[in-house]
Formats: sequence, structure tokens, C-alpha cells
Amino acid sequence: MTGADPRLRAYSGRPVEAVTLEAVRRGEVSADDLRISPETLEAQAVASERHGNPQLAANLRRAAELARISDEDVMRVYEALRPRRATAGELSALARWLEERGCPRNAALVRQARDVYVRRGLTR
Amino acid sequence: MTGPHEARPVGRVRFMDAQRVNLDGFAVENPELGLVALASPYDPEPGLVVEDGVVVEMDGVRADEFDSVDAFIAAHGLDLAVAAEAMALPDVALARMMVDPGVPRAEVVRLCAGTTPAKLARVLAMLRPAELVMAMTKLRARRTPSNQAHVTNRLDDPLLLAADAATAAAFGFRELETTVPVLADAPSNAVAVSIGAAVGSPGVLVQCSVEEALELELGLRGFVSYAETVSLYGTEQVFTDGDDTPWSKAFLTGAYASRGIKMRVSSGAGAEVLMGGAERRSMLYLESRCVSLARAMGAQGVQNGGIDGASVAGAVPRGVRELMAENVMVMARNLESCSGNDALMSESDVRRTSRTLPIFLAGSDFVCSGFGSIQRYDNMFGPSNWNAEDVDDYLAMQRDWGVDGGLRTADPADIAALRERAAQAVRAVYEWFGLADFTDEQVAAAVDAAGSKDLAPGDPVAVTHAARTIRETGLTMADVVTALYETGFEPEAERLLDMLKVRVAGDCLQTAAILTPDMRVLSLVTDPNDYSGPGTGYEPSPERQAEIDAIRQQRSVEDLRREQAAHARDALRPAGPATQGGDPREVVIGVSPATGRDIWVTLSGLPVVDVLRELLAGLEEEGCTARIIRFCDTIDLGMIGLSAARLAGSGIGIGLQAKGTALIHRRDLAPLANLELYSIAPVLSAADYRLMGVNAGRHAKGGAPEPARNPYTDEAIEARYHTKVVSLVAIERAHCRPGALPEELVL
Repeated sequence: MTGADPRLRAYSGRPVEAVTLEAVRRGEVSADDLRISPETLEAQAVASERHGNPQLAANLRRAAELARISDEDVMRVYEALRPRRATAGELSALARWLEERGCPRNAALVRQARDVYVRRGLTR
Repeated sequence: MTGPHEARPVGRVRFMDAQRVNLDGFAVENPELGLVALASPYDPEPGLVVEDGVVVEMDGVRADEFDSVDAFIAAHGLDLAVAAEAMALPDVALARMMVDPGVPRAEVVRLCAGTTPAKLARVLAMLRPAELVMAMTKLRARRTPSNQAHVTNRLDDPLLLAADAATAAAFGFRELETTVPVLADAPSNAVAVSIGAAVGSPGVLVQCSVEEALELELGLRGFVSYAETVSLYGTEQVFTDGDDTPWSKAFLTGAYASRGIKMRVSSGAGAEVLMGGAERRSMLYLESRCVSLARAMGAQGVQNGGIDGASVAGAVPRGVRELMAENVMVMARNLESCSGNDALMSESDVRRTSRTLPIFLAGSDFVCSGFGSIQRYDNMFGPSNWNAEDVDDYLAMQRDWGVDGGLRTADPADIAALRERAAQAVRAVYEWFGLADFTDEQVAAAVDAAGSKDLAPGDPVAVTHAARTIRETGLTMADVVTALYETGFEPEAERLLDMLKVRVAGDCLQTAAILTPDMRVLSLVTDPNDYSGPGTGYEPSPERQAEIDAIRQQRSVEDLRREQAAHARDALRPAGPATQGGDPREVVIGVSPATGRDIWVTLSGLPVVDVLRELLAGLEEEGCTARIIRFCDTIDLGMIGLSAARLAGSGIGIGLQAKGTALIHRRDLAPLANLELYSIAPVLSAADYRLMGVNAGRHAKGGAPEPARNPYTDEAIEARYHTKVVSLVAIERAHCRPGALPEELVL
């Protein structure tokens, strides 16, 4: 890839420039070598803020937290937030779980959802 | 008024009724149903009350009565530091700032961040069409415009998907969107389109539009490189009917970003009306809620401008204007605009062009959020406003206006080669994983197909089987990269790997990001729109302008000269200086300077020699004699005809330009007068020239024949032939020598 920052590292810590076609073919590239890191997401959040979009920055910071959790867990949280999938108690538990997994921003989002869902009849 | 024609309209009205525009539905404006474009009497008054840094009232609703959409916007969407200033501005002041090139984009963006949905809707409703064009030119996020294509087919045929994806990439589309008629086929389609796109060009982003959870899964596994079908609605009821809430969608937005995947949300006028949940609000106000929500959630961009509801907006007064106002609203909120034009909103070519043109002229981050690069019948989103049959129209429009609509001309030979390679690459990958075995015949059919109707009916189970295998065996895009490499498609393997590495960098998460073919990211961050009036902002580079100008249909004088030379023959030879005739039955056929030199075929495709033979035969029928004389000092047909008449014993001459225009002249008439004229050369047949010969003979004998008439046509003959005429006249002019004497020709 042209233009890639040679210092850029994947989630695994591996420099992106080391992820070559040959390495992929030899089976030496893991999923984490092709995954964005929380640090890179934070850097992108800073850029979004500079370009007049604090909401995009906030999203990228929530994303930086989610970068650390598995695909399955991401899917699970999403499902729980859909209308009438979870009780208020289940959403509280989910928020606690996110908090414990180092995702305080996402935990806050889930708590806020819980409060609105209760008021608007969107809990199970 | 009543009268005898009340029951059955007169012919003029019956004729108008039969025009295609009258297949469209037109609705009486009805706010009760939400059938109102820009402003409903039920839209709320804009307003914002903030206490201790918390929104306690917005657009007339108190916080404890906020629905979930209000609640999310109030909690996340407004810049409270500028809200007081922005809300206090008169609507007209903010509207003027949007249009005024002297006010920087950043200032408009700063203020709009503090506006409520009702406020911004009111401001946008003030902009007239030309003002919307100005506002869009200035407010779009990315400096360089771009375009997105739909790539789908009825059969989910992977070979055809890949060939069509490569074709779309070759035409310059930087995002490709596929979807499925059969949901289970989605993984197969995503893989096939991604491979095809990589064959066509590096850096093409690909998405597969399906149900939210499956779309996310495809993204997580690397099979798609962006997502768009994350739908927002302007009322809570419709939002919930769509099986999401602002919070679930906000979480989804973060989930995509957490994997480095570009994502935009999707909304647009008419969706709430179609679902019976517009709550008597105007389309623009409801869409303003969606766009405010998109910004609040932290999405980088919005696909709107009607989308599935475009025809609903198009059915009401000012609805098409509303569609464009939605796009400008997105831009004013500092988001990427993928500006609709992706649903056929009318049966009328005039109306659908009218709907797109202002956006096309202003330039958008993506002019179409899905130009149907495939046949209408193959578009599984439904026909787009622009489809495969319109690609050349669109390229010509870019050239006409000198604007960059994101497309380029693809060389026909390149298209053939890319389609072949794309189909072969998919075949190799599917065989590698044991997903399917394709025959040479199937590949050849996909390469040549204009659409899926040109394919043999496939085995639909085979595609579903392949898709299920992809999903259940846990294949990822990294595995596809390996398969391409191992089967001899190394450049494409590299390109797909690069698309995976792009995620690691995260630069495509910024607003309005696309990748150039050399893998540079163009976005609000790297390529910000800097329009501030004439002479500023995006201008195609000289290379890009040349690409826009050089459509494959363009012809030069040299091209035409070569075409003519291919028809040269030795039947027409000079035979010395022309003399005055004396036979009262003699008619002279005067021909133009290039006749039988560089011009050999008329605009109707007849060899000039054959035209002369028809004229001679007609004269012979009337018992006349004839000579052919070439005049070399004028290209004016009247002068040629008159000069011929003066040399003829009868005083009657025929003038013929090599391009086929012909007339009958008489020696005593003024040059610009004549007896009969065939002015529309492209439609003249051999029989017409025979008749002109006959009539000239009758004039020579002193008769008064009924004048021959130009054949009738309602086609755009001038558009078809005027460029050729310019070249042919230039060639005639090059043979013209002042004072040159006329010469006799023998046939």
C-alpha cells in the first residue's frame, strides 16, 4: 500500500508494512494483524475533532473501546440494544459488563438507552 | 366549461395523455398523510431551551416528552456552545450564509452544529434551486466529486457479478454496492463483487446491502469494505418498526468503526409516508431529524435524497427540490453526502434527468448513491435513476458541462479484458475453495453478457451452496487473498490485501473518504472542499479534463478523411477544362470541389458516384443529355448550381455537394434562389436523386414539374450529422481555389 505510515501498527502490534502478500500466503498473518488498534482510532478521533465533528470523534472513541472486544460480543451487544430485546435489568447488566471490559463510553451509551427505552416502552 | 368534447378529450390532449410522464403518479399535497415536501402546517416551531448545559426543550417538545429520536439528538447532537447564537439567527441570514461564497464553509458548519432539526429544515426550505446548487458546491465535504454504482443481477451469478464489478470500476466508480434477491447468497455476492472490483481498479470500496446483522458480519470478515444500509427514520414509530433504535444504530456505527470499516447511514424523504408514520410532518422536517441524528450518532456520512421514497417526494409539489435540500442539509452538518439519484423516480427521461442535473452540476461526494451500472432488470434494488443504458449519456453530460461526475470512458478492449480476468479470477477462487466449478462456456457467457438474460439459466442452488459454505467454514477475505495469489492472480491478491490494510490505518473512517487508484485517501481531512467563488474549489486536473472530454464517440476531421478514403474509387476522372454547352436539351451537373477527390460518400451513405448515376439516369429518362462539371472556386451550393446552369445548353443545372445536398438551378435566377432543393442530405435515397434528375430534365424541356420534397423525419438529424458536416465542409474548403476554372469529369 502506497502512502502507508511506516510507523502504523495493527492491533497485534505488528507494523502494517510487514503484512505482505507472501506472509499471508505462508499463513503468518493473523486476524489481529489486519485489525485497527485503539491507539489508531484515538488518533483518528483527534483528527475528526480538528475538522469540526466532535460527534464523529466520540464515535471513534467508543469504537476504540469496542476494538478490544470480540466480534461475537459486538454482535451480542448490538442485538440487545434493538427494540424490545432486553429488559432494563439486562441492559444494566450489559452496561456493567462493558464497564468491566474497559468500555466505559459504551457502558454509558447502554445506560442512557436503558433509561429512554423504559420511558418509551422499548424494553422487553 | 362543458362542451361536446367533455367525454372524450380532443386529439391534442389524448396525445399528451399518452406521453410517458403521465405514467407517473402525482399526488395532491396532503399534510395529514405527510404528502408535503418543504413545510407542513404541523411542523414544530424551531426552539431550544438549555438549562445547566442540558437541553430541556427542543422544537417545542419538553425533555420528558422526547421520543427516542429527540432524546438522542438532544443528548449528543447539538453544539450547545453555539446553539444560542445559531438559533437566534434569522432563517434568512443562515440561508444566505449557505449560498454566499464569501462565507467560509467552516463558518456555516460551525453554526449549523447548533441548530435544531426544525431550524435547519426551515433554513433549507428557503433555498431556491439555483441557490441549492451554490450551497452544494460550497458545502460538500470532499473537494473531489465521486460516484457509486449498483452491481447486482437476478441470478446472483458470481461470474457476471465479478465481470460487472470490474466494468463499473473501469468506468470510474469508486464505491460499488451489491445486494441479493436471495438473502442467503450475500456472502457469495460480496466476495464476487470484491474480486471483480479489484480486477477493475485498486482502491474501490465495496458493500453488500442486507439486513443489519448480516451486513455487519460480512464487514467483520472482510468481505466488504464499507457499509451503507444502516437506516434511520424520522419518527420513533417507523424507526422501531425498522427493528432498531437510535441507540442500537449508534452502537452499530461504533462497531463498524471499531473494525476500521467505513460506514454511512441511510435515510431520505418518503420512507415515513410509505410506512404510514409521517405524523403529519413535512418530508424535509422528518429528514432533518434523521440528519441531526446521523450527526449525533457520529456517523461520517448519510445516504439520502429520497432513496426508496424518491418517487413519493417526486409526486408532490417541490418534491424534487426537497430531495436536493436533504443532501445540502447533510453537507451543512459537515457529513459526507451520498446524494440519492439511485431510484428511478419517473418513467420520463426528462423528469429523471431534471431530478439529477442540479446535483450533477454542483458536484457531490457521491452524485448517485447507486448508479445502476447494470441493466435495469438486473438491478435488485429496483431500477436506478441512471442505468447501464445511460452510461454514455452521463459521460456526454460530463463533457457538455465540463464537470466531473465521477465517471470516465473505458476503452472497449479494456472492458473485454477486465471482464475476462474478473470472471476467471472468481472461477479460480470458487474452485480453490470447492465452492463451485464453472465451465469455459459459463465464463465466456458472463464475459460477453450485457445482462443476466444473456446467460443460460444457472443453478440457483449452486450459488446458495457456495454462499453457505463461505459463511459456515469461517472463510475470511485473507483466505480469498491467498486463493487469488495461489491461482495466479497476484496483482488482485495484492489489491484486496491493500483494502484490508486500509482498515488498519483508519483513514477511511474520516468524513467522505474514498481511495484513488493509487491508494491515496481523499476525505474531508485530506481533500477538504475549499470553494469560495469563481476560480476556487474543485477543478478537474488537465489529465482528468482530458479524460472527461475524450468520449469514445468523438471524431476528428482526420477520422472522417480516413473513413472517406476507404470508399475512394477511380470511376470519376477529370477530362479537361469545362466549356459552354449549346444543346437545348443539355443539363449540367455541377459538383463541389472535393467531390471524387477526398469525399466519396454522402451523409446518407450513398457513394457519390451512385448519386451521379441516379441523376444521369433521371435526365436520360426525360431524353436529356448531361455533363458533369466540377467547380473548384466555391463551396456554395447555390453558386455551383447557378454556374452549372450557365454552362448548360438548356440553362438548367443541378448542383451537388459531395455530402449529398442538391438543388436544381436556372441560369436567370439569383444565386440563392433555386427551383428545387434537397436540404437534408442524411435522409436522401437513390430514388430521391433519380426524381431530381427527372425533374431537372422536365425543367430543361420547359415543363413545370411538381417539386420533389425533402423526405420527412422527426429525428435529431442535425445532432447526428452536424459534426460530420463541419469536417466535410472543411475538406471542401481545402480543395477550393479562388479563380480556379471548372473542369469536366467523366464517369
